[in-house]
Amino acid sequence: MEMQQFYYDNKIVKKFIYATLLWGIVGFSVGLLLAFMFLFPNLTEGISWLSFGRLRPLHTNAVIFAFVGNAIYAGVYYSLQRLLKARMASNFLSNFNFWGWQLIIVAAAITLPLGYTSSKEYAELEWPIDIMIALVWVAFGANMIWTILQRRQRHLYVAIWFYLGTFVTVAVLHIFNSLALPVSFLKSYSVYAGVQDALVQWWYGHNAVAFFLTTPFLGLMYYFVPKAANRPVYSYRLSIVHFWSLIFIYIWAGPHHLLYTALPNWAQNLGVAFSVMLIAPSWGGMINGLLTLRGAWDKVRTDPVLKFMVVAITGYGMATFEGPMLSLKNVNAIAHFSDWIIAHVHVGALAWNGFLTFGMLYWMIPRMFKTTLYSKALANFHFWIGTLGIILYALPMYVAGFVQASMWKQFNPDGSLTYGNFLETVNEIIPMYWMRAIGGTMFIIGAIVMLYNVVRTVKQGSGVEDELAEAAALTKVSKHRTSGEGYHTWLERKPVRLTLYATVAILIGGVVQIIPTLLVKSNIPTISSVKPYSPLELEGRDLYIREGCVGCHSQMVRPFRSEVERYGEYSKAGEFVYDHPFLWGSKRTGPDLHRVGQKYSDSWHLNHMYDPQSTSPGSIMPSYKWLVRGKLDKSSTEDKMKAMVSLGVPYSEEEIANAQQLMDAQGKQIEENLYQDPDFAKNYEADKKFAQENGQDFVEMKDREIVAIIAYIQRLGTDIKVKDEQQLSKK
Amino acid sequence: MSVIYLLLTLSILVAIVFFIAFIYSVKKGQYDDSYTPSVRMLFDDELVKENKKIN
Repeated sequence: MEMQQFYYDNKIVKKFIYATLLWGIVGFSVGLLLAFMFLFPNLTEGISWLSFGRLRPLHTNAVIFAFVGNAIYAGVYYSLQRLLKARMASNFLSNFNFWGWQLIIVAAAITLPLGYTSSKEYAELEWPIDIMIALVWVAFGANMIWTILQRRQRHLYVAIWFYLGTFVTVAVLHIFNSLALPVSFLKSYSVYAGVQDALVQWWYGHNAVAFFLTTPFLGLMYYFVPKAANRPVYSYRLSIVHFWSLIFIYIWAGPHHLLYTALPNWAQNLGVAFSVMLIAPSWGGMINGLLTLRGAWDKVRTDPVLKFMVVAITGYGMATFEGPMLSLKNVNAIAHFSDWIIAHVHVGALAWNGFLTFGMLYWMIPRMFKTTLYSKALANFHFWIGTLGIILYALPMYVAGFVQASMWKQFNPDGSLTYGNFLETVNEIIPMYWMRAIGGTMFIIGAIVMLYNVVRTVKQGSGVEDELAEAAALTKVSKHRTSGEGYHTWLERKPVRLTLYATVAILIGGVVQIIPTLLVKSNIPTISSVKPYSPLELEGRDLYIREGCVGCHSQMVRPFRSEVERYGEYSKAGEFVYDHPFLWGSKRTGPDLHRVGQKYSDSWHLNHMYDPQSTSPGSIMPSYKWLVRGKLDKSSTEDKMKAMVSLGVPYSEEEIANAQQLMDAQGKQIEENLYQDPDFAKNYEADKKFAQENGQDFVEMKDREIVAIIAYIQRLGTDIKVKDEQQLSKK
Repeated sequence: MSVIYLLLTLSILVAIVFFIAFIYSVKKGQYDDSYTPSVRMLFDDELVKENKKIN
């Protein structure tokens, strides 16, 4: 056997490590700012690009795709080369992966605060960035597969299976969820509407958790935990079994994000069934990770790397126990839309993703810089303050979620809601929001301490160089044993496999026959009174999307007595057929808005947007003064309507041609309504006079953004009310 | 709602892809030995002296 020598590419790993550290601290900091905005809602008053609704997607994207994303790449590029005994196949693709990904992150960090968003959770980025993501992701996968083809170790270690599964599935999810019709360079509409859009979004959203935050990290766990403990994985067989079952089951679980919504029941139940099953493979992985440390628990006492990993795996176990429980309909009825979910995801993100990343970095960095960690004491400090931070984050949020959900559902003996004012349920949990902010602060302090520790370690170490390694090239398997054997002869000796192949063949045929048949009829009961939005309402809806209102307000009244009593008639699937994208939301920091139309006067909305605390004392909604002053951009309304027509929204050509007049008329009507408020008339006239006297441009109320958003809000959920009235008048 | 059929198809297809990959990997002997790989990955053969020709 001839030994070959080659270099492992360590420099690319170093780049990804630095990016992980940088974006981690950025992502955590934005999260902390958001946590403090619950306590001081007007912390960034008047600065549109630092408002809560726009920063929330920045936080989630920074943490998921920038922090965890770069950590995945760092770990994969490090472990893959060593497991395959081969250098990454293409330096160009490695670097394209690195710089392309950073460019995407920077593009996200600029566009999201400026309000360019598709509003679909964890897929908020607009279409040009989506295309970049697809390209860079494919480059990553191509480089990985190419390297696998050049490997010197025939056996593919289980970690590599997780990496491959991650690549394939994320590509499929990203492409199908991001399908959108562009209106302009940074504006597009989802090709799916309402219920469909919700289903695709959560098919994606749940599997973003599964295949971006879970499977690659399980792969990393299978490499770095045995390495750090210097023990083989507890059961290699278990790792194989749980890999295949995990990837198969995960993909079906998405609808558990839509329980009790307008999604048809059978789809909800399908999601529940698979979500409950998920506990088996998830805990298989968790147990396998923890038991790898059998006989090495003494090391956990002294080695901060292992401490981080143990808490990470424990966090994974807790989150994946909680997930199936939350998917049960009766538990979901309590937890959905509440801060319980915030606690749930942060146990996953802070413990599983965060701590596994930290452990991995503390292990890799001294090795790559050929030195020892600068300070073990600081790493231990990081561990303890981080762990306490997670606990102080999660526990209050569990309590907050449970308290608030219970208050939402509380009835008086006479049948009225005990806490009819939503604000009472918010103000009750403010102390929990304080504890959460303190827990988050502790977690960030830990991360900053790590940064310092890493910088000192790097300084005392020597520069990272590509490591020289050697291994024998793969030799061809001798054909002698199977010489002369045809494929089917081989198959015939394998009855189980023959059966399985046959099953697949049947499935394909079934799928091809059944699906077109089913596709002919739509599953959504249409409601004839549901009409498309007027041009002004459509513009208002785009503002609602831009400001990220969906981050705190749902538009989905579930069919519970408590919700129907509080908000109005429960939401029907047919009401959302023109909603590209859907805006059901996933969190109720504020009340549901689906039936808010016509509930309050136009001037109430204006005052509320300008100064929420003036109409709702104690509210934690920030003010939206720029909407009240800003001029509505009506330049692309016709294009937007045309795009909607392509997606199946029935705007007539006449409506599109008259869009400007229609907007003007509706704007004037709202302006008139506003004049009924004497305070408004006085202030508005004074503003107008002031502008005229000082020669400033004055934007008439009917042309301002606030009017469009009022038009949209007043329309929300009213289409079926109209129907009721018509039916009543007929009788 | 009809999109669920697309999603079911996609989900089944992805599942089938994984299934075929599974069969393929079994056939290639990936799982014939379920102990050595877990130990082998612990050994790093990071070198060594530079000699010979380098690929």
